[in-house]
Amino acid sequence: MNVSLILIILLVGAFVTYFAGDKLASKVALFFSLAALGCSVVLLNHFNAGENISLVNAWINQPKISFALNADGLAIAMLLLTTALTPIIIFSSFGNEYKNAKGFYALILFMAFAMTGTFLAADGLLYYIFWELALIPIYFIALIWGNGDAEERRKAVVKFFIYTLAGSLFMLTAFIYLYTKAHSFLIEDLYKLNLSADEQLWIFLAFFLAYAIKIPIIPFHTWQANVYQKAPTVGTMLLSGIMLKMGLYSVIRWQLPIAPLAAKEYMNIFIALGIAGVIYGSIVALRQKDLKKLLAYSSLAHVGLIAAGTYTLTVDGFRGAVLQMIAHGFVVVGLFYTAEIIYRRFETREIAALGGIRTQSPKFTSMFLILVLASVALPTTFNFVGEFTVLYSLSQINIWFAVLGGTTIILGAYYMLKMFQNVMLGETNSKTFADVSVNEGISMVAIIAVLIFFGFYPKPITDLITPSLETILNVINKN
Amino acid sequence: MNTLIAITGLGIFCLLFEILNFRKGIVPFTILGLLGVLALNYYEFGSTASYYNNMITVSKFSTAFSSLFIILTIFLVALSHNFYENHQTKISDYVAIKVFLLAGAVAMVSFGNLAMFFLGIEILSIALYVLAASDRLNIKSNEAGMKYFLMGSFASGIILFGICLIYGAMGTFDVTEIYESSLSAELPIWFPIGMILMTIGMFFKIAAVPFHFWAPDVYEGSPALTTALMSTLAKIVAMATLYKLVSGLNLIPSLENQDLLGTFEHIIVIISIASMTVGNIMALRQVNVKRMLAFSGISHAGFMLMTFLTIATSAGVLLYYAAAYALAGIAAFSVILYVCKNQDNEDITNFHGLGKTNPLLAAILTGSLLSMAGIPIFSGFFAKLFLFNQTIQSGYIALVIVAVINSIISVGYYFKLILAMYSKEPNEVRTGKPFLIYAVAIVSITLNIVLGLFPSLVLDLLS
Repeated sequence: MNVSLILIILLVGAFVTYFAGDKLASKVALFFSLAALGCSVVLLNHFNAGENISLVNAWINQPKISFALNADGLAIAMLLLTTALTPIIIFSSFGNEYKNAKGFYALILFMAFAMTGTFLAADGLLYYIFWELALIPIYFIALIWGNGDAEERRKAVVKFFIYTLAGSLFMLTAFIYLYTKAHSFLIEDLYKLNLSADEQLWIFLAFFLAYAIKIPIIPFHTWQANVYQKAPTVGTMLLSGIMLKMGLYSVIRWQLPIAPLAAKEYMNIFIALGIAGVIYGSIVALRQKDLKKLLAYSSLAHVGLIAAGTYTLTVDGFRGAVLQMIAHGFVVVGLFYTAEIIYRRFETREIAALGGIRTQSPKFTSMFLILVLASVALPTTFNFVGEFTVLYSLSQINIWFAVLGGTTIILGAYYMLKMFQNVMLGETNSKTFADVSVNEGISMVAIIAVLIFFGFYPKPITDLITPSLETILNVINKN
Repeated sequence: MNTLIAITGLGIFCLLFEILNFRKGIVPFTILGLLGVLALNYYEFGSTASYYNNMITVSKFSTAFSSLFIILTIFLVALSHNFYENHQTKISDYVAIKVFLLAGAVAMVSFGNLAMFFLGIEILSIALYVLAASDRLNIKSNEAGMKYFLMGSFASGIILFGICLIYGAMGTFDVTEIYESSLSAELPIWFPIGMILMTIGMFFKIAAVPFHFWAPDVYEGSPALTTALMSTLAKIVAMATLYKLVSGLNLIPSLENQDLLGTFEHIIVIISIASMTVGNIMALRQVNVKRMLAFSGISHAGFMLMTFLTIATSAGVLLYYAAAYALAGIAAFSVILYVCKNQDNEDITNFHGLGKTNPLLAAILTGSLLSMAGIPIFSGFFAKLFLFNQTIQSGYIALVIVAVINSIISVGYYFKLILAMYSKEPNEVRTGKPFLIYAVAIVSITLNIVLGLFPSLVLDLLS
């Protein structure tokens, strides 16, 4: 039994969903995503029992490319994030009617397939293929099922696509260059390379371009807010919940260990860029009028902090970053879901047009409040564990980084609570707001349960990821 | 050799069918015949033999490329059935010309003598002139035929001049003899000059910048099926022939003897960069799909020219790239033929809303465009990957970076078409599902993806 099983389930699921027809598509997709989740839990058990669930197969002889999937603790954590969020995301869309639903749900599963592959791939080129493959479905999801003016949406989506493709093509060039040195794309061979400082700098920058656009780190973030706003909520959830974690994960997995000298040399610059994202994102979020755009900028702020954590090159920074990736994945999906629930009832996302929902829907209000508090890293939530560890690692590098990074909590609390106040509290709204339905409640409760459970007890995840993070750190520090 | 004879025989049969009044059976018959030829060609693979005083030499290179040409011709003949529906009386001519064109193509990659090479190129070109002008009541088609004929004859003249100079230098037309005498240190300057002239002539045929001016007009004016043929089959035939010329006549070492190798490589790099960049930037502004694909073809010619920098080892890469590009082109053109049937132009507006009215064909066109843009898992991605890998290994990292930037630009116009299909409202409903068009589109895109999943099938063929 090995990890390729999950890829097979998701890929087959995508095809079956497409052929199941519009009526059954959503249920079939949910079934397959749950199967993938179940399967990854089983794999986790096998992994914890010490079994080898990785896979290496020869694929192309010349140049030598292998179908290699590596499942260490870090990869499994990301795998679980993907397979846990996918059913939640699919289930959250049950209240909506989509035209050509079979295509929609098939694309979601296909995207989950590609993202899982990105997290697992242990061969540079295979990784690149999955990385690119993940881009195609989200492009169509945002383009065809998105909302807002068609012309603007087209512009936003095309910009997004060309940006990300441009970044990743430079990464491809870097990989090919590495291949000419190592004569292999396998990650362990790339780790062994001894590159000169100059070479490392160029490779580091090529990778950085790909990841900075995907994450996004400023100044490469300009595509983000528009696409988040225009994409259907499911697409936004996929993008912010999982896809941007691909970039953060890749920094730890590929960029830093392959070019450690450059990483150490220029560490401060990249941490500063991440923190600049925190401050910039928070300030811009303060002034947003559209709920989804506000969440997009708040997401920019949070991932800036995560990115800063990864570039600290400390085990705490890595651990905090990974914990926060998972926590942020859940919380952001939850927050976008609340925006969607509001939109279903009021058909608007203008913050100014909302208000007075609390009195009509107490359950929804309390769920939303928990999510807001989790997002501002209130202690006892999962996000607190992540952000606190990252801030701690930043303070080890330079106390000012921690101070500036810490503004995420202060500013975050300010704009999130202000948003909550404007959206939920205030005068009674003339329109009626039905409280959450059972379907909506299930997704929300699942997300909140994860956030609170791991907030109290993050040990299973830390135990899972720490050994592999230490291995990576050893590679970085080998010379 | 047998392949060539069989193809010519098949062409004559096609003409006979006209006389016997079997027009209805001509497309299936020709497809079956070509499949037979393909099998015959398959059996020749791996053998090396030369015929008629070394006029024709069969090698792995020639059989591999011939197979690709035959497969493409099968697709093109299959598309003829629907395309010439309103010209039933002439269908046998059209099909026969395509088969003869294939004979020229096969001769061009299996020549052992420059005379045979020239015969091949003329057979192919004349067939193309006729096909370009074949819509004789349409003034654009006439213009295209005339333009192509004038430019093509110029190119042929230059090639012929080059052959003469080579004869003057070497005293022979025979490729092996030229190869042997080119090893001597003392070479008359006529030899490289003649080679350069032949190369220039071939650059005309593959439409590399700055010899590309005919391509957009001719592509636009010609009947769509002819455009399909030119942009897929004719382009890769010329590419393979040029490759064979440069490697077969031992150009690289002889240039090295004369200290001209650096110049030659610079020229290749410049032409390759110019073709990619001009082709892509011009394509961005086109509204006519055929014109857009003409420019995209120019940029792909630039990509394929990169193989000339590593000519000793890159035959497999060229074959792979050519196959990936041509299969994507066939798939794209079969959709274009379906969409633009009964339209008087091929503007992008015709494709509006295809994603809603005909999701299957829209998906196929999307796939082929993604392949041309170089997105995995389509074979176009692997073609670019192998090409870049080869080129970086020989030290041309700046060229690869330019190529990468060009790949990004190309996304701009490929996606214009995809956007039109998925984000605009449909403006008309098309009925009818012509079986052969669907079959060609599905088979060619499937082959494209299979090549992407198992690249070694083709890539290792020539090593």
